[in-house]
Amino acid sequence: MYYKIFDKEDWINGLHKIEGYKVFVPVKENYYHIFLPIDKDITPDFSFHNTKLSPKSIIYPQSERMFEFVVDPEQPDAYVLKEVPKEFPSQAVVGIRPCDAHAFQIVKVNFDNPEYKDPWWTKRYEATTFIGLGCNRPRSTCFCSKVGGGPFNEKGLDAIMYDLGDRFLIKVITDKGGDFIGGIKGGKDPQDRDIKEAESIKEEAEKEINSNININMNLQELAEKPILAVFDAPIWDKVSFPCINCGICTYLCPTCWCFDIQDEVYKKNGDRIRNWDSCMFPIFTLHGSGHNPRAEKFRRVRQRFMHKLKYYVEKYGDGVQCSGCGRCVRYCPTNMDIREICNIMAK
Amino acid sequence: MQNPYLPYPVRIEEIIVETDDKSLRTFRLRFLRPEHEKAFKYLPGQFAELSVAGKGEVPIGIASSPTEEGYLLFTINKVGLVTSHLHNMKEGDIIGIRGPLGNTYPWERMQGKDVVIIGGGFAFTTLRSSIIYMLHPENRPKFKKIIVVYGARRPGLLLYKEELWEWEKRDDMEMHITVDGTDDPDWKYNVGFVPTITEQKIKSADNAIAIVCGPPIMIKFTQPVLEKIGFPPENIILSLEMRMKCGIGMCGRCNIGHKFVCKDGPVFSLAELQQLPPEY
Repeated sequence: MYYKIFDKEDWINGLHKIEGYKVFVPVKENYYHIFLPIDKDITPDFSFHNTKLSPKSIIYPQSERMFEFVVDPEQPDAYVLKEVPKEFPSQAVVGIRPCDAHAFQIVKVNFDNPEYKDPWWTKRYEATTFIGLGCNRPRSTCFCSKVGGGPFNEKGLDAIMYDLGDRFLIKVITDKGGDFIGGIKGGKDPQDRDIKEAESIKEEAEKEINSNININMNLQELAEKPILAVFDAPIWDKVSFPCINCGICTYLCPTCWCFDIQDEVYKKNGDRIRNWDSCMFPIFTLHGSGHNPRAEKFRRVRQRFMHKLKYYVEKYGDGVQCSGCGRCVRYCPTNMDIREICNIMAK
Repeated sequence: MQNPYLPYPVRIEEIIVETDDKSLRTFRLRFLRPEHEKAFKYLPGQFAELSVAGKGEVPIGIASSPTEEGYLLFTINKVGLVTSHLHNMKEGDIIGIRGPLGNTYPWERMQGKDVVIIGGGFAFTTLRSSIIYMLHPENRPKFKKIIVVYGARRPGLLLYKEELWEWEKRDDMEMHITVDGTDDPDWKYNVGFVPTITEQKIKSADNAIAIVCGPPIMIKFTQPVLEKIGFPPENIILSLEMRMKCGIGMCGRCNIGHKFVCKDGPVFSLAELQQLPPEY
């Protein structure tokens, strides 16, 4: 662990010039920020709260070509699925918020476990360096500190940036982070007072997020209740009432990982494609027979919150499946709030 | 590590129409490459994803037994996009297979015990696999009595008829074939619903394990019968179905509580299911 300090201009110039990485940076596009690969026409904007879309698609694209095949019986190997050749060059996500980096750690247990490894997720993840940007001013919808994170939490990060006004102080956490920072010119060793300034910014941010009354979540009480007690509690009709099953929460969520697999054919060539899916949609669980274990809306809403706050906890024993980014709270068209629902479940 | 989503190519060697309404057909599949056949090591109770290029995949229980070497059997009900397409395919056509997936019936626990097999309708596929497996001369001594209750709505809807008649004649197992009803005057077997026949024929739960596969309504009414005979919930074994995509516990749709039917199941004891939300 060591520090480097950069003038902001040098840092941005360095990101443009670094070799050997595809560098994703936050960019303002219309009204919202989004992570895009840097090039000469793209100016990173680090004065953002967070991107509207989570950066999950950098590791886990919304659509992934898995296999290709030929449906012409005259061709050799007709109907035999072949892996699509893919490269996984080194890439870096610079300016990722700590909640979103933590989210990749939460998702990792699904795609990378002792029995099965998802080849595309794991290869992209391994090829990626995560350079975080601590949050000086958490927002009213932020609750990372309640779910095992924090505005300057380092889980899943290779280095973290502290915004000191006209400069970035970079704390290098892993060798992977060191390799990336070493490739950016203009870095200096910081003074003690720079590190002190960063520490006080961090303390202030932590104080601010923890003083937000909206983030009280009775996670401990909820953890102690048996799954069936919460599942059968007479709360779900009321909890799910406002939901319109639009799926925006699952779409924006950095820890939602569910997917669908579909075949697409054009003329004689076909692809097997994996697409993001959502537990909010009835077809997600519809059997061929017509039977549907989650046919009603309240069952689907219950599934989403039970998965995040109970099933995941039970399965992996390491916290909830939520990194507290607050996107679902912010963008839900009917103002559903996972923090409130957590407390209803815990009662 | 092998890409867990990549199917092995297989050739359809034979298609057998099982039922008189033609809605169930058994497909005999042979691997194109011997190394794939070698890698596909399974036990009764497991399933596989059958893959049709351009249509998609379906999770289907393996109907053959590992003691039947050189091929795999799958009995497929014509239901949706992929299964309807499969029903229109011909011998010689190429499809894919991914697996084996899921857990098995509890073979270790069943050793030295009576095995009661209760099946209904077309949910007899992994039960056929189990019977063939247990009757293999190497395996038969490992189990005590083998008792089978198998029913369908009418005689024409029974699967694997030739084998059923053969099993009826054997003296090292007890067969109770039944139909809900029939107008065939020559019908030699039982008439009655599976739960009723189970109650009449199964006398003891001592040192016995029951495996039950069938439509939800049959399971619902067989369960109290088994409990009455004296089977504790941990000795009642069920196999579940769910909509699936990945088959390896990643795509997120086949969960019951914190368990995935594809990876933690499809085989669960009633005792295990009683701990989980009733959402299946």
